[in-house]
Amino acid sequence: MGLMEKFFARSWGVHPRDYKRPAADAPVRVMPMPERLYLSLAQHLGAPARPVVLVGQTVKKGEKLADPQGAVSAAIHAPTSGVIAAIGEIPAPHPSGLPVQAVILEADGRDEWCESLKPCADPFGLDPDEISRRVADAGVVGMGGAAFPSALKLSSSRKAGVTTLVMNGGECEPYLSCDDRLMRDEAETIVDGIRLMLHAIGAKEALVGIEDNKPEAIAAMQKATAAHGNVHVRPIPARYPMGSEKQLVQTLTGREIPAGALPAEVGVAVHNVGTARAVSEAIRSGRPLVSRLLTVNGGCVGTPGNIVAPIGALVEEVIAFAGGIEGTPARLVMGGPMMGASLPHARIPVIKGTSGILALDAAQAHVRHEEACIRCASCARACPIQLMPLDIARHIRGGDLKGAVRLGLKDCIACGCCAYVCPAHIPLVQYFSHAKGSLAAEDRARQKTEATRKLAAARSERLAREAREKAEIAARRKAEREAAKAAAAAAAAASAKSAGEMSA
Amino acid sequence: MIAILSLTLLGAALGLLLGIAGRLLAVEANADVAGVESLLPGTNCGQCGFPGCAGAAAAMVSGAAPPGCCPPGGKAVALALAEKLGVSLDLSSVVDEGPKLAVVAEDLCIGCCRCLKYCPTDAILGAPKQIHNVLKEACTGCAACVEHCPTEALVMQPMPVSWQHWVMPKPAAA
Repeated sequence: MGLMEKFFARSWGVHPRDYKRPAADAPVRVMPMPERLYLSLAQHLGAPARPVVLVGQTVKKGEKLADPQGAVSAAIHAPTSGVIAAIGEIPAPHPSGLPVQAVILEADGRDEWCESLKPCADPFGLDPDEISRRVADAGVVGMGGAAFPSALKLSSSRKAGVTTLVMNGGECEPYLSCDDRLMRDEAETIVDGIRLMLHAIGAKEALVGIEDNKPEAIAAMQKATAAHGNVHVRPIPARYPMGSEKQLVQTLTGREIPAGALPAEVGVAVHNVGTARAVSEAIRSGRPLVSRLLTVNGGCVGTPGNIVAPIGALVEEVIAFAGGIEGTPARLVMGGPMMGASLPHARIPVIKGTSGILALDAAQAHVRHEEACIRCASCARACPIQLMPLDIARHIRGGDLKGAVRLGLKDCIACGCCAYVCPAHIPLVQYFSHAKGSLAAEDRARQKTEATRKLAAARSERLAREAREKAEIAARRKAEREAAKAAAAAAAAASAKSAGEMSA
Repeated sequence: MIAILSLTLLGAALGLLLGIAGRLLAVEANADVAGVESLLPGTNCGQCGFPGCAGAAAAMVSGAAPPGCCPPGGKAVALALAEKLGVSLDLSSVVDEGPKLAVVAEDLCIGCCRCLKYCPTDAILGAPKQIHNVLKEACTGCAACVEHCPTEALVMQPMPVSWQHWVMPKPAAA
């Protein structure tokens, strides 16, 4: 950061206390396989996967349970060997707690890998499209939380001619340290994954952005990248939300992603460091994404730390393994405290995008009473994309969603900085989530009206055609009948005439 | 003299120009009926009390009906109509109990196929003596089928909310 930037750059974001240690310094623990795994079919962004197994079927570890469905979707694999117990509904890892379709797997305890995995000794000899295809086969999605199918990002980046790969090791959310731990322990694998992704995209260089509050991770990654000239580690100042795509790209490359655009527009693709590890694993050993490293943290967790948990393990089992609950948690969160989903209860399974499980005590949950806005504009200063949260919330409160959109509601990344700094404790992000949800619902209603209008038009057109065809058939029958009658009359007349001649 | 003459001439010429402009650049007094009808669901369900969507559109353009009178359209359609007609809309007057869906009670359906004829969007699937079913994506919730079922197997239910379509409730004002 230059001197000019240091003094004149607009300050954005917030500096919350990070609570990352001691959890980040504790060695990784591997959770034993639970008896039952609950595999949601909608773990990724896009359409839910379609199950390809039957109830009662025996599956091996790594066998495919569900196929991707539609353009944006991802496959789901068995995290252990066992029998499919049911395919049905379970509560979704979502604040609403509404049901989601899932495959429920009864573990047999043997944990045997299936034989059909395709390891690859020389992945750099593979065609870039083949790498994307194998990544898709392994069901790899973005491990940072949004869970966008990675193969799709790789192939579309290649098509868009992306030149720079930005690796997100920012991990700016407080409490979370799984990316930190991964970079310290498996830097070599991550760098291998980054190089494979560079090969798949056809990009020239990779920039690994790591916040400067993780010196051990920076050192480990610098050591691992020393041999590779096109992968650079870039320490960045610790600040929330530094791990947000737009902020990270601007900090590392100086390029600003336009409103409503993807990073590919400025020649950049952003992936999480955890995704790089999953890509390396998927290509080198052919193993699909069936487990992940996640942080279990918060004032109510017995022994906070990082845990390797199979996808589909229940939150309560993961917490129990991490030392159990101490006291009564005021809030249970999946993901980070700023953007994660507050869970209604603990019988909800881990999904591919689960970066952390937090059991926060009352002081950490910070439930406060809302007061009137004092027009201090702290929220506008904190907003990383320079919106005016107070003004937008005012429009939403009055029911004027159009006004809110005019002020840039659609550019809001829901990072929560505004609500965090608000001295009046106004739940600003909740207003924005509500407004975005309402706008999406209106859009869906409009699309449905359009579709049903077409159906209604098709129906009236069909009814008219049927009536016309009926009339045509009736007319033809009548004509045929009359012709037959005329012919009969003619025949009768002819026979009468011939009879007359005979008699004459 | 010259002043009076020039002013008169100027006045006459400008008046003529204004007159021509008034004719040529005339603004249509109100949104046309066809435009309003294109915003309505087009299923002619008759819940608004007018003879089909065309009738409702004519009533709205003439001001006899409020823009929020279409129950299947809900708030989204009401807002679009209010914008098109250029009138203010009192959202609290809009009857929007959320999207509705016709559901077949499988133990009551006798497979008579009568309801099929009344569905304006062909949303009901069925064959003689087979249990019928309603396509969720095509049902507008107009309830036209309900009164024609001889066994009362068709009931209107609120559209089930999935977690993908869940909307965070608005925070209660301080």
